[in-house]
Amino acid sequence: MSTQVTGTLDAHGAAGRPRDHDHKPRGLARWLFSTNHKDIGTLYLLFSLAMLFTGGSLAMVIRAELFQPGLQFVDPHFFNQMTTVHGLVMVFGAVMPAFVGLANWMIPLMIGAPDMALPRINNWSFWILPCAFAILLSTLFMEGGAPAAGWTFYAPLSTKYSGDSTAFFVLAVHLMGVSSIMGAINVIVTIWNMRAPGMGWMKLPLFVWTWLITAFLLIAVMPVLAGVVTMVLTDKYFGTSFFDAAGGGDPVMFQHIFWFFGHPEVYIMILPAFGIVSTIIPTFARKPLFGYESMVIATASIAFLSFIVWGHHMFTTGMPVVAELFFMYATMLIAVPTGVKVFNWVATMWRGSMTFEVPMMFSLAFIVLFTIGGFSGLMLAIIPADFQYQDTYFVVAHFHYVLVTGAVFGIIAAVYYWIPKWTGVMYDERLAQVHFWCSLVSVNMLFFPMHFVGLAGMPRRIPDYALQFADLNAFMSIGGFLFGLSQLLFLWGVVRCMRGIGDKATDRVWEGAQGLEWEVPSPAPYHTFDTPPVVK
Amino acid sequence: MLVAGVPAGAQDMRLNMTRGATELSRQVFDLHMTIFYICVAIALVVFGLMFWSIVRHRKARGAVPAQFHGSLKVEILWTAIPVLILVAMAVPATRTLIAMEDTSASELTVLVTGSQWKWHYKYLDYPIEFYSVLATPRAQIANEADKTPDYLRAVDKPLVLPSGKKVRFLLTADDVIHSWWVPDFAIKKDAVPGFINETWARIDKPGLYYGKCAELCGRDHGFMPVAVEVKTPADFEAWAAQQVAAAEQAKAEAESAGPMSMDEQMALGRQVYERACVACHQAGGEGLPGVFPALKGSAIATGEPAAHLHIVLFGKTGTAMQAFGKQLGVKELAAVITYERNAWGNAKGDQVQPADIAAAIAKGE
Repeated sequence: MSTQVTGTLDAHGAAGRPRDHDHKPRGLARWLFSTNHKDIGTLYLLFSLAMLFTGGSLAMVIRAELFQPGLQFVDPHFFNQMTTVHGLVMVFGAVMPAFVGLANWMIPLMIGAPDMALPRINNWSFWILPCAFAILLSTLFMEGGAPAAGWTFYAPLSTKYSGDSTAFFVLAVHLMGVSSIMGAINVIVTIWNMRAPGMGWMKLPLFVWTWLITAFLLIAVMPVLAGVVTMVLTDKYFGTSFFDAAGGGDPVMFQHIFWFFGHPEVYIMILPAFGIVSTIIPTFARKPLFGYESMVIATASIAFLSFIVWGHHMFTTGMPVVAELFFMYATMLIAVPTGVKVFNWVATMWRGSMTFEVPMMFSLAFIVLFTIGGFSGLMLAIIPADFQYQDTYFVVAHFHYVLVTGAVFGIIAAVYYWIPKWTGVMYDERLAQVHFWCSLVSVNMLFFPMHFVGLAGMPRRIPDYALQFADLNAFMSIGGFLFGLSQLLFLWGVVRCMRGIGDKATDRVWEGAQGLEWEVPSPAPYHTFDTPPVVK
Repeated sequence: MLVAGVPAGAQDMRLNMTRGATELSRQVFDLHMTIFYICVAIALVVFGLMFWSIVRHRKARGAVPAQFHGSLKVEILWTAIPVLILVAMAVPATRTLIAMEDTSASELTVLVTGSQWKWHYKYLDYPIEFYSVLATPRAQIANEADKTPDYLRAVDKPLVLPSGKKVRFLLTADDVIHSWWVPDFAIKKDAVPGFINETWARIDKPGLYYGKCAELCGRDHGFMPVAVEVKTPADFEAWAAQQVAAAEQAKAEAESAGPMSMDEQMALGRQVYERACVACHQAGGEGLPGVFPALKGSAIATGEPAAHLHIVLFGKTGTAMQAFGKQLGVKELAAVITYERNAWGNAKGDQVQPADIAAAIAKGE
């Protein structure tokens, strides 16, 4: 794919240089009432950063308790609250809002639109989020504590046997869902209607493509999540028996509904990262992306398959053999389009002219480590072996490889890649390289040994363990603390850029950069593309 | 538990899945290793090419970028080859799975029932049933005593099974979902309240095999081990006969149990409390505010004995409070209720005797 831009870009000199009539309110009102995609993108990204450190702090409590066998710091009930809220905060507070923030900032710039299509909805969908998380996190300070049934809140542990935080949790999840659905509608409407003249579907940047498909996934499954939390609410407080066999219900039905949401959800958290890596690799290889069309087809195939594999989370629940086989084969099939993506990235690098600035380093780490997560995913699909892996640290290793070294590394790569465009200054390359190497080493100290303790028989979601797991757990905890500390370097680097400390960034920023976002000045002015560019 | 034949390497730091003690667990292990090696081979090729490219095709070496951006032939090839590899993986996986799910022609059936945080085993072919709970003392968990090698793995009464016979397990639960997992048998099956799952094992040789509850089931999920003691068929039959005789003797003793002294009840009551009640109501009877009610100073524990008796014997539906009438003996029940009424400053001074318990059970809920 290549995009060429004609001179209409500078028709009014609008996008050509910063304007002095931005009409933005000053102070708090600018952020509270903003309908500007760049301001809202910034809000999303900062919120996500705050949640990353909140969820990370909870993980530090988990790793501290698991440092040694025996109970040292927390009660097991509080430990369960930590694992539960850590998962919810990271999924709904850190990863998803980060991608929405990137979408807000970059999609209009990449497709040559002046803003998102529905700016007021955009404002509303962001400001719901802090409310939702204030509600969720406030339960930590209530009698009985926060939800403790795991982020997957299986019934009846989350219904009959849960505390009254359940009501707060349900309300918070509803709000998160409303926010996500509005964000997704906005993305779809924007991409559908506001592409610059000449930008056909097969000229869309891959980040835009992956986000479009993600947005459809969101609209399809967030209502399912809303349904299942509502059933949890009515089972607990209003006498229904959706998940209670004594009243004619079925606890396993909860899992079917939850995972019908849950599996597309995990692709919601990875597809935009695929788009990011597909953008960054060609830039630093100075070579067009290999197999653009097959990337699009692979993304759409993965999205489709995500709807028919939910049962692979439930192999031990006692499904009929035929259903087990269907879910096993469908799950294995996902390896094919995912493999195509990895091969395409390697082929893009092949015979390129590579440099290794930090966005490229995180992207390369993404390819290797995400693929390791993919391999363990393939192993988990093999049902007889899954009976041994299910609910052990092997699973914890698997989903942290795809979510941390996958989704989160993708987000960090994106931030380093585009922050010169956002702030107008280059990040500190030395600091960022130190951040990268510290993260790379510590994240593998943290998550790689989890494969081994899981295979050796350590279940997940336990605050204490048999003595044979002690040495590796101590090692993983040290890795965890180091990984947590390493992210302070990231915070420092971001704050430096936000305060304007650093070398002035050029408009194009990267030698090999392609795409409309590099046609506007750095920092991107408050309003861009008032007059659409023409793409040939 | 002093049993010969502790599984090899149980105390070593193992890094891989166990080969286990059944034909199927070995098949599962082989499947696991086969897929692992295939993944390693693919990784070597893909990452090898990638790192080759990183080393050779860098700008610092003066590499000039090629401009190719697609090749239909290559793309069809690297779609088709993975499909073939996947089919090769699916064939043995399917074969093993079908064997694992075939519970027909079993020689012995055990009903396994999970409840918050213990396992109950009932032999459908013998009049034998019992609860199996964690045997690790609380002091070890609280780091007040040295941890023994069987820390968090030992139980008071392991499930006993004969070797060489096809044993069918039926699994269900009383409260939330649990999951019964013994790695050496390659069995992990959810115990779902209101539903029955089944699975099976034919265990090669006698020994002691450890497992865990694998599904988050509340506060003490991490303290709900499984232990299975496998005996030769002859030893198993002897064990079963002895269990039946012991149960009859215990029943006779319970029926004729005389009054107990206060000291006797407080000592036994404390033991029972620390085994059966402490996980929720806590060592000092203080409970967990908002989650589990306190017993210290509570209306029930300091009120009329009849209500106290009723909740301990029959539980409270819709909560985690189980019916202990079927879990404990009459002496134990009498002692633990007396203990709760007189410990932590409750100081009611009254006693509940085994005869009161027997009468309440006879009367029913």
